Amino acid sequence: MNTISVESQVGAVSTKRVRMGRLARREALAGYLTIAPWLLGFLLFEFGPLITSFYLSFTKFDVLTTPQWVGFKNWDKMLFNDPLVWHSVKVTAIYSVGAVSLGLVLGLGLALFLNQDVRGLSFYRTVFYTPAVVSGAAVAMMWLLLLNPEAGVINRILALVGIPGPAWLFDRQWALPAFIIMSVWGVGGGMVLYLAALQGVPSELYDAAMIDGAGALPKLWFVTLPMISPVIFFNLIMGIIGSFQVFTSAFIMTQGGPANATYFFVLGIYLNAFQFLKMGYASALAWMLAVIILLLTLVAFRSSGRWVHYEGQIR
Amino acid sequence: MTESTLDRPAPALADARRQNTIAKRVRATSKLLIHLTLILGGFAVLIPFFWMVSASLKPDWEIFLMPPTWIPEEPLWQNYAIVLTGNREASEGSRAGQGWSFLGFVWNTAYVTAWVMVGRLLTASLAAYGFARLRFPGRNYLFVIMLATMMVPGHVTMIPLYFIFKWLNTLDTYWPLVLPVWFGGGAFFIFLLRQFINSIPPDYDDAARIDGCSWMGVYWRIILPMIKPALGAVAIFSFMASWNDFMGPLIYISSMDKYTVAIGLHFFRNNASPSARPLWNLMMAASVVAMIPPLLLFFVAQRYYIQGIVVSGIKG
Repeated sequence: MNTISVESQVGAVSTKRVRMGRLARREALAGYLTIAPWLLGFLLFEFGPLITSFYLSFTKFDVLTTPQWVGFKNWDKMLFNDPLVWHSVKVTAIYSVGAVSLGLVLGLGLALFLNQDVRGLSFYRTVFYTPAVVSGAAVAMMWLLLLNPEAGVINRILALVGIPGPAWLFDRQWALPAFIIMSVWGVGGGMVLYLAALQGVPSELYDAAMIDGAGALPKLWFVTLPMISPVIFFNLIMGIIGSFQVFTSAFIMTQGGPANATYFFVLGIYLNAFQFLKMGYASALAWMLAVIILLLTLVAFRSSGRWVHYEGQIR
Repeated sequence: MTESTLDRPAPALADARRQNTIAKRVRATSKLLIHLTLILGGFAVLIPFFWMVSASLKPDWEIFLMPPTWIPEEPLWQNYAIVLTGNREASEGSRAGQGWSFLGFVWNTAYVTAWVMVGRLLTASLAAYGFARLRFPGRNYLFVIMLATMMVPGHVTMIPLYFIFKWLNTLDTYWPLVLPVWFGGGAFFIFLLRQFINSIPPDYDDAARIDGCSWMGVYWRIILPMIKPALGAVAIFSFMASWNDFMGPLIYISSMDKYTVAIGLHFFRNNASPSARPLWNLMMAASVVAMIPPLLLFFVAQRYYIQGIVVSGIKG
């Protein structure tokens, strides 16, 4: 409609521009068509549920009856009157610190070793990466056996050296460390990324450092680590986010036990929602998780300016 | 004369030589240490797999034998037959119930995985094409919104989604697992593909447009064929994600004949194999069955796969 009026007003001279307009409009139409599935999905399965979830967190909702508005009751209970919530935050945070830091140190260490021009690099890389491929229920089942006090390989090996192994998943003190050990087993996932980053460090930098008389450690500290710091940073953030969402292994292996020693945060959300049918309370918990993750990510980004080095960045 | 000077080199030269041999020795020992560490680490990664496979081929009693047998004395291949077919007559003393078979679970999982993969490849590549190549008002805002959705943990939308699918009367079907993926396939994958499309020169599109190709034609004839490697990576990631998905089927699937492998394992541990005396051998055989497809895919498409990880930055 617009085109016609413009055409009649301006006349034949600007026909070209008008035709451009028509083309642009057709392009825009095609554009909207291409993203239509995503946009629809975003509204139906993401934005809508997000708002609904926020609303539900202010209600009492047991599935059978309609949601009842209760104001800040869920949030109040969650933040101030439910010791289990803060306990689960603590459990998850301890796991997160352990798993992420060990993942960083060991993953980076392995990558540095593999980057020394060793023979059989791709073989080692494949071996170390394998655990990352098979995440999920089957791995949890496997670790149930490995950590079994009698039949598990870990205590068998400890017995060979004369150490009586703990009861792991049955022991309040050792259950969470067992989960951290499990995460260390999957350290190859991060290693592959570090290795790729290491291989991308230009060799001129090392040559320059050598000419300046730098030994192996100064080279690592002043060349390698700054150059791969964006990847370290990325892995750190993804690691924190991932470790706060542990569910499958906890659900299969311990259901939060013994004595809530492995009561991970997401496990709490699931149990409240689908076993205790406290959908309103579970929604509040889910929002708390989202806020925690958002805050941690923000903190990481805030601190990144001080230690992450981006090539080509002007300071 | 010259020979003797070579035999007895000047002190400075001798020093340099000695240093050189020391440096060589240091390098050799550090190489050795590196290899030792890597081999040790490799064993630490592989022994769990080995222990699992070994246990899956043992009779119940041999798993608890002390000292342990690494390789079962007589491999019980029938453990796998029992698990795959769910036929319990094959093993006496098995307390496993009726009506389950991991062959069935594998089939269900493959079915879901395939539908998810097709939907994701189609709709994610389409949206990625739009975001990368087509100009339309609001594109950049929408793109930022899409990126922002990656920050929201899925657990926040989990409960309302459950009620949407309940309202749609699709609980205990595969619809909740498949349908959302057909609407865009996930922000992460759209982003991945868009980055890839951006690396293709737009001259190809222009040429096709000049030859009278429509915008959808450009997508279908130019872009899709050119982003095949990226589509391959998306297909692999999609496969792994669906195959290993646990929470989705746990929430939505309730009848046994629709179980995927992941919840089949959980069911098997809880029902067929009570915690008082678990059927470790069968549980391990089932876990091996569950691990084989992703492992196979990884070994077959490995080079490709690791490239995909590196480009996208996911750990898998």
